[in-house]
Amino acid sequence: MQKSLHIDPGKCTGCLQCEMACSYDNTGTFNPSRSYIKVFTFHDEGRFAPYTCTQCDEAWCMHACPVDAISVDLATGAKIISDDKCVGCKVCTIACPFGTVNYSQATGKVVKCDLCGGDPECAKACPTGAITYIDADWTGYDRMMASAAKSLPSAEATH
Amino acid sequence: MQHIIIGAGPAGVIAAETLRKCDPAASVTIIGDEPEPPYSRMAIPYYLSDNIDEAGSYLRDPSTHYSKYSIELVQERVEKVDSKAKQVTLSDSSTRNYDKLLLATGSRAISPPIPGLDLPQVHSCWTLVDARHIIELAKPGANVVLIGAGFIGCIILEALVKRKIKLTVVETGNRMVPRMLNDKAGGLLKQWCIDKGIDVHTSCSVESVKAADNGEVQVSLSDGSKLPAALVITATGVKPNIEMLEGTDIKLDLGVLVNHSMQTSNSDVYAAGDVAQGIDFSTGNFEVQAIQPTAADHGRIAALNMAGNITEHHGTLNMNILDTLGLVSCSFGLWMGVDGGEQAELYNPGEFQYINLQFDGDCLVGASTIGKTQHIGVLRGLIESRINLGHWKERLLKDPTCIMEAYIASTQELGYS
Ligand SMILES: Cc1cc2nc3c(=O)[nH]c(=O)nc-3n(C[C@H](O)[C@H](O)[C@H](O)COP(=O)(O)OP(=O)(O)OC[C@H]3O[C@@H](n4cnc5c(N)ncnc54)[C@H](O)[C@@H]3O)c2cc1C
Ligand code: SF4
Ligand code: SF4
Repeated sequence: MQKSLHIDPGKCTGCLQCEMACSYDNTGTFNPSRSYIKVFTFHDEGRFAPYTCTQCDEAWCMHACPVDAISVDLATGAKIISDDKCVGCKVCTIACPFGTVNYSQATGKVVKCDLCGGDPECAKACPTGAITYIDADWTGYDRMMASAAKSLPSAEATH
Repeated sequence: MQHIIIGAGPAGVIAAETLRKCDPAASVTIIGDEPEPPYSRMAIPYYLSDNIDEAGSYLRDPSTHYSKYSIELVQERVEKVDSKAKQVTLSDSSTRNYDKLLLATGSRAISPPIPGLDLPQVHSCWTLVDARHIIELAKPGANVVLIGAGFIGCIILEALVKRKIKLTVVETGNRMVPRMLNDKAGGLLKQWCIDKGIDVHTSCSVESVKAADNGEVQVSLSDGSKLPAALVITATGVKPNIEMLEGTDIKLDLGVLVNHSMQTSNSDVYAAGDVAQGIDFSTGNFEVQAIQPTAADHGRIAALNMAGNITEHHGTLNMNILDTLGLVSCSFGLWMGVDGGEQAELYNPGEFQYINLQFDGDCLVGASTIGKTQHIGVLRGLIESRINLGHWKERLLKDPTCIMEAYIASTQELGYS
């Protein structure tokens, strides 16, 4: 059973532990601005929403890449960047309609969530259970992803 | 079932892979006329800047990929398509029959009628062959004149500067990338380039290129300047490769006209990529977009239809991203706005920052940014999902930076609206 990140914004307190854990795991520094998961703040409502790549089935980023630098990790289903192949053209960053693959000035390549190879640091660091890593089927997450994708008309409809 | 694909660029290769997936028993052949394994033109700037070698531009690993998926690669030029006999004639005079044909022939660079553009110091920058010529002539310290500051001109600009040459850019429009950025944004980009030591001439044209005594050339501009150059690069537009269709019943306009299934006026012939005039998401009109993501989408959708999986194409969003010596600019959809629409703008010239959002009613229909690299893809999401932004539109009008927040709040269940 493939797992996925399940995010429950209602439980998020905005503590940014996920951003710290992610940036530390991926860059060796505690630098939230370099985290692949990002907590968005809704000041007026006093709410927070952690957001990262949903490893969507459409994989817009992967299909747009001109040099085959993005592939599917068969173990986790994550879409992962090969630093060796990525030329830093940024086309994937405009192709992903969720804004979750981003250019890193520091590396000259793009970065995105790779599910940490199957043991995501953000989920482990989250003290409130707002981010969990659980069986995809139990979460309704697939349905959410499907509906997000459906809202993009260029996702073709097969008759 | 014999599928033939003409053109081994991204549209052709992605179509071949899709055909293989949907129709495992079919024969799939790609006929391409370039001497290299299938590669991506988009990688050329990174080859020019020595970031990658030629193999880094290959679309797939040529030693294994095509044989693994039983995709036959033929390196020949298709001279003629006979859509009645369902046959193509190659440059070696051999013929091949098809059941379904895909035109994925892309376009080629064209030069304006300026005297001297046939000199050996003048090259376009469209193919790996061109790139090799440029690398040979763009020696450190050399004077290089780039004609055209459109998207292609600008995308190779950084690579040229990295070769440590002295660069002059000449653009007939009044700003840089006039078809991607408005006056303010294009002006910012021009100022950025000037600050980086590039000599930029806008509203200016090249009148002639003449051979000089030292083996170089002299470039004369309409503003009276005369520039010495070891290399002149033309980035002045392209034209679709459609000559082999002469005499067929396939309807042409700016490119090959296709319907919602990527099918041409001949039901056994499809077209995809730069050569195809397909649906534009924003306008609903048939347009040639000439960008990589569109070539990929076209290739996939055309192949699904060729294999009998009827799939409707709802249009591709025109979008571009450009990195000019560290300044990233991008544009999406109707970035120039619509009649009666509203716009949100953040203009911070001192910091080289710009965000422009264009609304039609409560929907985002276009955007352009400068100096922003994080979460820009969500602009595509906001435009293509035609989300009714409701009160988030008012927020965006006040603060156009909160695009991610607007998207999340409009699409996710946050427990509030
Ligand atoms: C320097 C450069 C940088 C670019 N950067 C970007 C970018 O950053 N973002 C972006 O979105 N796009 C970019 N593009 C554009 C992008 O590369 C094209 O949109 C894309 O290559 C289109 O793919 P295609 O398969 O339709 O055509 P092509 O890649 O042009 O492939 C078509 C192939 O068909 C072959 N062919 C033509 N006629 C025949 C024939 N009669 N017989 C056999 N073969 C034939 C051609 O030789 C060619 O190999 C760039 C282009 C260039 C040149
Ligand atoms: S980065 Fe975007 S397009 Fe790529 S898999 Fe994740 S959500 Fe999908
Ligand atoms: S930035 Fe890298 S991963 Fe993204 S499309 Fe370009 S080469 Fe591929």
